[in-house]
Amino acid sequence: MNHSVLMALLILSPFIGFLINGLRYKKHSANLAGTIATGAIVISFISAVSLVVDVVAMPEESRRIAVTFFEWMAIDRFKINAGFVVDQISSVMILIITGVGTLIHLFSIGYMHHDKGAAKYFAYLNLFIFNMLLLVLGDSLLVMFVGWEGVGLCSYLLIGFWFTDKEKAAAGMKAFITNRIGDAAFLLGMFVLFMTFGTLNFAELNAMAPTTVEASWLGALTLGTLFLFIGATGKSAQIPLYVWLPDAMAGPTPVSALIHAATMVTAGVYMIVRLNPLFIMAPNTMMVIAIIGAATAVLAATIGMTQWDIKKVLAYSTVSQLGYMFLACGVGAFGAAMFHLMTHAFFKALMFLGSGSVIHAMHEEQDIRKMGALKKYMPITHITFLLGWLAIIGMPPFAGFFSKDEILAYSFNSPYGSPILWAAGALGATLTAFYMTRLMALTFWGKSRVPKEVHPHESPALMTIPLIVLAVFSVIGGWIGVPHAIGEHLGHLPNFWEHWLHPLIKPIPGWTPIDHSTEWMLMGISVTLAALSAVIAYHFYVKSPETPKKIAESIKPIYNVVYNKYFVDEAYFGGIINPLINFSKNTWYYIDVNFIDKMTYVVGDVVKGMGSIVRSTQTGNMQQYAMYIGIGVVLALSFVIMR
Amino acid sequence: MILSCLVFLPLLFALIVAVWPKVSTIRHLALGFAVIEFILSLGLFQRFDSNSSALQMVEKFMWIERFGIQYFMGIDGLSLWLVLLTTFLTPIIILGSWTAINDRIRGFHVCLFVLQTAMLGTFVAMDAIFFYVFWELALVPMYFIVGIWGGARRIYATVKLFIYTFAGSVMMLVAIIYMMYLTQEATGTMSASLLDFYKLQIPFVGGTFFSLQTLLFFAFSLAFAIKVPVFPLHTWLPDAHVEAPTPGSVILAGVMLKMGTYGFLRWVIPLFPEASEYWAWLFMLIGTVGIIYGALVAMIQPDVKKLVAYSSVSHMGYILLGLFAFNAYGIGGGLYQMLNHGVSTGALFLLIGMIYERTHSREISKYGGLASVLPLFTIFFFIITLSSIAVPMTNGFVGEFFILLGTFQANPAFAYFAVSGVVLGAVYMLWMFKRVFFGQKGELVKDEHHPLHDLNAREICVMIPLVLMVFWMGIFPNHFLNFSKASIDHLVKNRTNYNLTIYSTGASAATAAPQEGN
Repeated sequence: MNHSVLMALLILSPFIGFLINGLRYKKHSANLAGTIATGAIVISFISAVSLVVDVVAMPEESRRIAVTFFEWMAIDRFKINAGFVVDQISSVMILIITGVGTLIHLFSIGYMHHDKGAAKYFAYLNLFIFNMLLLVLGDSLLVMFVGWEGVGLCSYLLIGFWFTDKEKAAAGMKAFITNRIGDAAFLLGMFVLFMTFGTLNFAELNAMAPTTVEASWLGALTLGTLFLFIGATGKSAQIPLYVWLPDAMAGPTPVSALIHAATMVTAGVYMIVRLNPLFIMAPNTMMVIAIIGAATAVLAATIGMTQWDIKKVLAYSTVSQLGYMFLACGVGAFGAAMFHLMTHAFFKALMFLGSGSVIHAMHEEQDIRKMGALKKYMPITHITFLLGWLAIIGMPPFAGFFSKDEILAYSFNSPYGSPILWAAGALGATLTAFYMTRLMALTFWGKSRVPKEVHPHESPALMTIPLIVLAVFSVIGGWIGVPHAIGEHLGHLPNFWEHWLHPLIKPIPGWTPIDHSTEWMLMGISVTLAALSAVIAYHFYVKSPETPKKIAESIKPIYNVVYNKYFVDEAYFGGIINPLINFSKNTWYYIDVNFIDKMTYVVGDVVKGMGSIVRSTQTGNMQQYAMYIGIGVVLALSFVIMR
Repeated sequence: MILSCLVFLPLLFALIVAVWPKVSTIRHLALGFAVIEFILSLGLFQRFDSNSSALQMVEKFMWIERFGIQYFMGIDGLSLWLVLLTTFLTPIIILGSWTAINDRIRGFHVCLFVLQTAMLGTFVAMDAIFFYVFWELALVPMYFIVGIWGGARRIYATVKLFIYTFAGSVMMLVAIIYMMYLTQEATGTMSASLLDFYKLQIPFVGGTFFSLQTLLFFAFSLAFAIKVPVFPLHTWLPDAHVEAPTPGSVILAGVMLKMGTYGFLRWVIPLFPEASEYWAWLFMLIGTVGIIYGALVAMIQPDVKKLVAYSSVSHMGYILLGLFAFNAYGIGGGLYQMLNHGVSTGALFLLIGMIYERTHSREISKYGGLASVLPLFTIFFFIITLSSIAVPMTNGFVGEFFILLGTFQANPAFAYFAVSGVVLGAVYMLWMFKRVFFGQKGELVKDEHHPLHDLNAREICVMIPLVLMVFWMGIFPNHFLNFSKASIDHLVKNRTNYNLTIYSTGASAATAAPQEGN
């Protein structure tokens, strides 16, 4: 089929689904709405697959399908087309978005069947997919920005889906506004790049990328890329703008799986990979990205160790894993970042859906202290979750192992990396293994702490099938990117992933491949640490549940700080938001009400006063007027005589 | 003839309405008239040559020979869309005030049509005195609309509105008369034609306030800045909005404020190029301060109408910022933002009016949980909110983006500060939205005895054209920008030596081309 038609189908079919469900949201039942919405995504998925098949069939160096629908906005030299591109990077993304998207839509039919607003839910979900596709397919930063803000909007709508709950509505607002801070920086980034290069088109920007690195902090490239990265910290929940993501768990759980794990939050990583020829030439930006990424990975992991809400643990885990992806970007391992983005999409979507299945079974209970021993009630959920757990803690040969290993190897070896970054990454991996095992243990293993009135049950097939499919990918998803160190022992298995992305990834200046013995050693250390940490966590939370309580008790001050998320929210409220509100109240009161208006009155009074002076002469008294005339005549005469 | 028809037909309508025998059908009659006027204004597209920057559809007759005052009208890419905005909003306003205005219906519609004539005249008049007549005429019906159909403190608000704007206008009149003398000095005959004003070379001395061009520049600027309104001359606006009836607020925000920004674009910037350039920092500064100040103050308002009024101060700050960037992005974005603000803020005031008719309160804290009671109203309000906070694919984004881009090109420092408006805009709108529509049902919403009814067919008809415009202007901005491009380019390229020629049919391409080179 014609590529424009396929592209239009791919993008517009979710939008049409949104319109159908949105316009008749009161009439459609959950099943009907779910079927329409899922059908729309399936059509998108089929179009995506056929486009990707065509891309694969093209010669390696020119793999690119570009479609331009119309000129969107143009003034003077600034011209932006509604243009979309499928190439090596975006084809990965569209497959994830529509593929994982389809599974999550399916799951949602089961999850949302009792909700009265189901049709609205599916309409929003479709709208989200539409915007996400705009984001990844756009051929310029501005078209990407359309999707970028669009997904933020859908995220706002879905987080606050149960808006009668004030907290949930507030969480939606928090997400949107935090994202907006990033978006403002994104705008500045676009301005800097446009003023420097005269275009916002990705292909043109990348072609114009300088060939030498920019050492200055205030150079256009460094400034532009830094602004874009600040934009990414908003969307992808990095320090200091990560605070919205844990609150975003207020939305329905499949939304957390789709938006806040698999797709939207990875947009920042995608954007950086898209512009990697620019970023790689700005080492200062790269350093900032790597440090922020590593710090976020560790910080979020520590918070994850103390949380009791199943979704909050997963949320902090997502923040932490996104930190890994940024760490990868920061050390120049763009391929590894995309790789981890993909494997993470599989296993984290799986775990979120798994948690949804658990919450569904537990009648909306999310506190893992009230769970335990669920494996006997929910065997499928348990097994699939288990596979996701193995993947995220990086056990070979599960998907997470390969991507995480590659990131760690690059952090150690890349000229932009350092042993410290590697150590932070390894620490993050160790902590991840701990809190994920803790989550497994408290939810599925050990003794049951389920309240008597709750009777957990396995979820229906509509919900378990997506789990199974995602579990399969969580196991095998990493096999397409087997590192050479391992591949050479498996009959010279090539690294398909690296090969696929190679034409679009700029090599790191001064990079030499890591030697295999070092790589083995690093791999050995990180896997051992993770395994050890998992065993300890298993021992703590299954064998002797009293130990962690004692430990928490003994380091109470530290524990409390971590448990309260380092009081970052409180700091933002106390340090920024409340002062700003007070400041606004004061400025309004002192400037508008008390200064400008008072000044107006003063001017008015002066005019009135002058008027009253003149008015006092206009008395209507004849004698007085006669006197004025007399004085006038005398004055006039004396004037004449004096001359 | 089409411009004269467009401008004076509403006056005829006003006369007919004034003598119409049956009061009960006045609304229908007025709506019909306004629609006719709108359809007629669409005829402009048929004749408008979007490739030419010249003044088109010109009508020019000597009016007062001795002073060189002419009956002089014309339209170009800078004014075309403002004329259409006026004719587009008027029928919507009439339909929107169907139940909001209940007494003195006849007088109200007479005022409305007189106001329409005045506003259209302001946008197409090309003679300074002729322009001034329309400019001041607009104040009179507005005075009555707020003063008669307004809220409790309406007299205070009208007096404030009148005195503020009038004080500014008087300075402008003095400047206009002075410039007429200047034309006499330069050419020997006195003229009030704007085209002759453009040809003047007014001496400018930098570094001092008391140079001729600077004084004239500030005399005009003051009049326009009060109308916009620019921080710190804005305090009449929130009072006027809060007291004005819904249709009054819609006209005020939708069209009348644009008379100020249009004045900057048509008069100040091309007439006083050196002074504009010299003082651009000041106007960019008050634009930026206005953006941030308006947003911060909007955030803490307890009254939803006052909140939107302050948001106007913020949005108008963007426009000023864009215009004084002097490049195609800034001016194009500014022009676009004028239309956006007309559509989205007009729609917001209409929506606030609709809910006010139901509850008789605008206090945010008394609402809450409205979304589950009035779903349709919520959807419309949300779409307009998106437009107001400039989400891509709505009209607001295009304007704001170009303004910020233009500002960044002209002076990045201002762009760095102004971009915070992008965040603050979302803060005050979404916070208000959350408190009004989400959460538990508030005091006014849960009243069992007086359940709230969702929008009726008439109100939906009021909103649909506005919502369509939000998306049309957001997704296909080129449909609109293409008509203004030639004029904007012409202004940007010849700003220091601006001139406008009169369009002559047939030779359009030939005459347009060499002008560009000037």
